[in-house]
Amino acid sequence: MLNKLRINSVQRSLLKQLVVTDFKLRYQGSILGYFWSLFKPLMMFGVLYVVFTYIIPTGKGVPHFPAYLLLGIVVWTFFTEATTMGLGAIVGRGDLIKKVSVSKISIVFASVLSAGINFLLNMVIVIIFMIASGVDITWIMVPLVPLLLVEVILLALGTALILSALYVKFRDFAPIWEIILQVMFYATPIIYPLTLIAAAHHKITEVISLNPMAQIMQDLRRILVTPSTLTTHDVLPVLFSYAQPIGLTIIVLVVGLLYFNKRSKYFVEEL
Amino acid sequence: MTIDKNTTMIKVENLTKQFKLPHERHSSLKSTLLNFNKRSYETFTALSDINFEVKKGEFFGIVGRNGSGKSTLLKLLAEIYTPTSGKVDVKGKLTPFIELGVGFNPELTGRENVFLNGAILGLTQKEVEEKYDQIVEFSELEKFMDQKLKNYSSGMQVRLAFSISIQAHNEILLIDEVLAVGDANFQRKCYQVFKDIKKQGKTVIFVTHDMGAVQDFCDRAMMIEDSKVVMIGKPREVAVRYEVANSSQANAGSNDGMAKSLRPQNPAVTVDSISLVGSKDETKPYRINQKDAFKIKIDYTVTEQTEIQFNLFLTNQEGRYLCGINTTESLIKFNPKKGKHTIICSYEAGQLPKGEYTPGAAVYTYCKYPSKETPILIDSFDSAYDVTLPILKIVDDPTYHSGQFNVRADWTA
Repeated sequence: MLNKLRINSVQRSLLKQLVVTDFKLRYQGSILGYFWSLFKPLMMFGVLYVVFTYIIPTGKGVPHFPAYLLLGIVVWTFFTEATTMGLGAIVGRGDLIKKVSVSKISIVFASVLSAGINFLLNMVIVIIFMIASGVDITWIMVPLVPLLLVEVILLALGTALILSALYVKFRDFAPIWEIILQVMFYATPIIYPLTLIAAAHHKITEVISLNPMAQIMQDLRRILVTPSTLTTHDVLPVLFSYAQPIGLTIIVLVVGLLYFNKRSKYFVEEL
Repeated sequence: MTIDKNTTMIKVENLTKQFKLPHERHSSLKSTLLNFNKRSYETFTALSDINFEVKKGEFFGIVGRNGSGKSTLLKLLAEIYTPTSGKVDVKGKLTPFIELGVGFNPELTGRENVFLNGAILGLTQKEVEEKYDQIVEFSELEKFMDQKLKNYSSGMQVRLAFSISIQAHNEILLIDEVLAVGDANFQRKCYQVFKDIKKQGKTVIFVTHDMGAVQDFCDRAMMIEDSKVVMIGKPREVAVRYEVANSSQANAGSNDGMAKSLRPQNPAVTVDSISLVGSKDETKPYRINQKDAFKIKIDYTVTEQTEIQFNLFLTNQEGRYLCGINTTESLIKFNPKKGKHTIICSYEAGQLPKGEYTPGAAVYTYCKYPSKETPILIDSFDSAYDVTLPILKIVDDPTYHSGQFNVRADWTA
């Protein structure tokens, strides 16, 4: 199964060229260039910070709330970007697919990868911000951070594969996915701490904890921002709380690969 | 390099390709859900039961009319389409010349586009790096590689695209006639390159309408008609078959009332007839020896006096214009009165290589706008119209040696 994830040197070159091109073109003709992709989450952070600190002070009891919020936003921005770009990847490259035999999976990989590079660059900013605000890093658990990043990247990749293949046939998935993302934004503890919900509704907290994005976000915050973060492992039975999100990520990825490979033969005719 | 002529590079077995053409395209979820069980599509068979093999080092032509399935076959060979049934077995790497410069981005520089297009054509980064200098050299665009592609002329873009494809240097090339669109010079260069590739023992699949090219380059050719292979054989035989199939189609068309173009109505000057002076039977070719002279006579009627010029030209039997001569070159002022007139032009037959010719004529007047010398066509009388024209048959004379043109010379010793 994992063999399908491994790519040969030709596919690797294509992937690299697509990612590089994407980066060169994204901020073509803009003076600030790459800074816009930093500026967007920072701006969103600024607005949300003002709202949730001064207007609706949900983050009141959370130590280092700014860092807590920024980390959440950056992780979420990656997931949104990777899946939205992935969704349109095949349709957007229709010209290519119709004229040469290219590795279609590389096109989706390229979208996720270019969102991933943005994500890692944004993470650097988050880390600088964290150091500045003197967060409580649980050093012993830091080696888990790359694993969590891999988890979110694979989750986004699997989702992007399914969506890109579906979108070729059903153009409805662009608005559908937009709505789902909006719902997920509020169903994931990004702008509010999970403790806030836990205090009021235990059932809702459990449901939210089933979301792998919630698990990833809370684990990252627990390790990097404050040990007081309520993780999904505190809400759900411990073993299940690890197995469920990881299992779901693997299922999404496997289904994505299988479905994509099955459909990719027909992309040329359906585009 | 030794070429093993017996290695099969491409093997196509019982290949069938069908397309499902939906009557009403279901591109939204709702309509698909509602019509889930309805099979509201038509099956269109683009290719049915195709079998052929191409050996290493062969230059293999595929001919067929528009819509016969040539392009579908090419896309199947290039693995863009998946066969509905049957097998396409391609040994070795393949470069498709179906469309040049796929993925070219106008916002990137020439250099960046080389790497992007190379990757799309299946080259690794290392391979592109190794071939980069050759690509640039071939395209003759050394000075422009760091400029954005949008600043290239279309000719420069084609050159760059062609150079990348050609340097991809794979074992098999798939060439669509799209390539033959460029100007004559570029076409010649392309063909020269294809010949060179052939010499290197690479295998070429060439799709075209041009029977001349098929006979010039191909070792074997295949004709497709109505989704089926009708013939595989020597290029010459295939070309003949193709021409026959085409002309019978064309004749069928002319019976349906495909009239020839209409001549101008009531012009100021009308050409009534063109004849060869001395010819007794206009329906038979008039034989003229190359060492003799001949005269062409134009009868015309002037209904409105105006300053005119005649252009008398010769076409070959296919109606292609070969050469023409204007009255202005020998008659400075030409302003005939109302009524019927005759004008005669004398030629030396030795100027023409042997063969059959048909004369044609056109009358022009001068327009004072935008400049005094702008000629305007009043009437024309040639093979494009439904008119009777004489045929001129030039026969060989031993003192002339016919080639592309005649040379008459005298020796002294």
